Amino acid sequence: MDYLYYLREEKMPHIWCDGCGHGIILKSILRVIDKLGWEKDDIAMVSGIGCSSRTPGYVDFNTLHTTHGRAIAFATGLKIVKPNLHIIIVSGDGDATAIGGNHFIHAARRNTDLTVIIYNNYIYGMTGGQASPTTPIGKKASTAPYGNPDAPFDISRLAQAAGAAYVARSTVYHVGKTDRYIEQAFLKRGFSVVEIMTPCPTSYGRRNKEGNGVDMIMFQKKNSVGIERAQKMSEEELQGKIITGVFVDKEQNNYLQRYKEVIDKAKQINQ
Amino acid sequence: MEKKPNPNVRMWQGNVACAEGAIAAGCRFFAGYPITPSSEIAEVLALRFPVVGGHFIQMEDEIAAMGAVIGGSLGGAKTMTATSGPGFSLKQENIGFAAMAEVPCVIVNVQRGGPSTGLPTHAAQSDVMQARWGTHGDHPIIVLSPSSVRETYDLTVRAFNLAEKYRMPVILLSDEIIGHLTEKIEIPDPSTIEIIDRKKPIDTPENYLPYKMDDSDIPAMANFGEGYRYHVTGLAHDETGFPTNDPEKIRAQMLRLNRKIQRFRDDIVEVETFNTDDMDVLVISFGSTARSVKRAVINAREKGVKAGLLRLKTIWPFPDKEIEALYKPVRKIVVAEMNLGQIAHEVEWATRREKPVVRVNKIDGEPITPIEIYEAIIS
Ligand SMILES: Cc1ncc(C[n+]2csc(CCOP(=O)(O)OP(=O)(O)O)c2C)c(N)n1
Ligand code: SF4
Ligand SMILES: [Mg+2]
Repeated sequence: MDYLYYLREEKMPHIWCDGCGHGIILKSILRVIDKLGWEKDDIAMVSGIGCSSRTPGYVDFNTLHTTHGRAIAFATGLKIVKPNLHIIIVSGDGDATAIGGNHFIHAARRNTDLTVIIYNNYIYGMTGGQASPTTPIGKKASTAPYGNPDAPFDISRLAQAAGAAYVARSTVYHVGKTDRYIEQAFLKRGFSVVEIMTPCPTSYGRRNKEGNGVDMIMFQKKNSVGIERAQKMSEEELQGKIITGVFVDKEQNNYLQRYKEVIDKAKQINQ
Repeated sequence: MEKKPNPNVRMWQGNVACAEGAIAAGCRFFAGYPITPSSEIAEVLALRFPVVGGHFIQMEDEIAAMGAVIGGSLGGAKTMTATSGPGFSLKQENIGFAAMAEVPCVIVNVQRGGPSTGLPTHAAQSDVMQARWGTHGDHPIIVLSPSSVRETYDLTVRAFNLAEKYRMPVILLSDEIIGHLTEKIEIPDPSTIEIIDRKKPIDTPENYLPYKMDDSDIPAMANFGEGYRYHVTGLAHDETGFPTNDPEKIRAQMLRLNRKIQRFRDDIVEVETFNTDDMDVLVISFGSTARSVKRAVINAREKGVKAGLLRLKTIWPFPDKEIEALYKPVRKIVVAEMNLGQIAHEVEWATRREKPVVRVNKIDGEPITPIEIYEAIIS
């Protein structure tokens, strides 16, 4: 396929560091769009603030770079007004689950027909490596110089509990899986989440002595466990492992389908 | 002979008039979060929108509501949110986004006492400065203030028209008294209401510049999903909409952004004068307090004191020229407002303190009475 067809080539070079995993995720997204044959005019990509949230600037769609954490809120309004747009939200772990955590769980609850791709690198990359809601306990961050005291979110489980229609987790090493999950998420007519583990060598890897981007990706390869196998493993065995796979895939009316019922009822009563 | 009932007469509350004015203006998307004393606006639209082809959504907080309103406007709808003090504070960051990215939208603030939770069920007019400067950075904003139920209807329509015309957020700054006041009004025939829509691009998508610098100072706005693929960001950007660090381009865009207000202020600013022709004492007020002022001016005239009222229907940009045109012959100026002098300060500035400015202020949730203003006039 021709990636350049979807890219704003004149905006290159991008801001991402050597070894950053964000570009690998972008390629997965573009491959799936190409496979599905979506028209560029029919796609809107919406983001918040962060390295991950810079993705929309590089793609030739309707693109919206909002405020930190608020992409889902903006996208909710856009989807209601333009229901035929395919809306892809790209967000970081901090953007989606710290400052934007409220919007994330409520969009899942509402089952708005949006896809959120979360680039989880365990850290606030853009601002220089402060702890995020997914930084594991004990790991170092610029604001956790003695090790992070806070317990992390499991983003996929959070999305599942909040009511999302589709939830899956992959890593940038597992590109095939990532593509498959993104495709399933795009086709879901409800709130879908794909959490992708991605290395941030600059703001996380270096401080935690995890090597360069390649080392960090090889770590993902070694330490990922499929969800079926994980179910047979003990708590101890799962320590430090990344559980990948499809957590949720269910059919339920989405927000706009339910609002259609509201309209029908209102018209019936008011006629 | 039996009189035919006038089909345009309504017994409405200010907040209902706001919701209905929005519908009349063509608003079809509302996102909100409940807060007293604004909730009736959301409630009326929750009831009415499904029937008139609009969409109401109750969001998880005011930040989300403001975001959804911007997203909806980028999709091409006329959009609105309504709130009061605490919620208005939460909306500020995204109001700045709307100003920076030039996304038309209307924000209603039915003012209550503050700061913080303050006085949820009592009026105040203490968000005048927040409405102007609540979000960070030098940004344009338009703020309108109604003094009656009918005017709430009219200014809501006007808020949408100005938002669309100048591509910027417009704030309707009402207050608890006006929001909850019920009056018998006659609404205009829909066919007589002027409706302004945003300027659409005439350029082809390949040549479209979302922040084009031209003589109009107001770039044409394409809706998302209609063939114009462009980038919208809150970062400083150039004509193309993409972020830039080039000081020259940033300066040009930032000056144009703020010039929209300076250049078109005469079209934006509206005031009402009452008994100002031969006055000795000029009373300046706005919103619900202006109603008490009117009574006080009449009472003062009956006692032989020549008082007049200047009522600010537009608060920002500030009606300094209109004050300039009135204040020279007067002995003193009285400014009545339910805060500690936010407008009075601007008045002193506009009149270079050439006249004594007597402040009538109240911040306890009680309205300022005509007697209190009368005393300030005759003292
Ligand atoms: C309201 C607000 N608070 C803080 C910031 C500063 N800020 C910018 S990006 C960011 C964190 C981004 O982290 P994440 O979402 O994980 O993205 P990453 O850079 O790691 O891809 C923060 C805190 C901001 N832009 N806005
Ligand atoms: S700081 Fe981290 S997340 Fe940001 S571009 Fe560099 S490697 Fe990627
Ligand atoms: Mg991150």
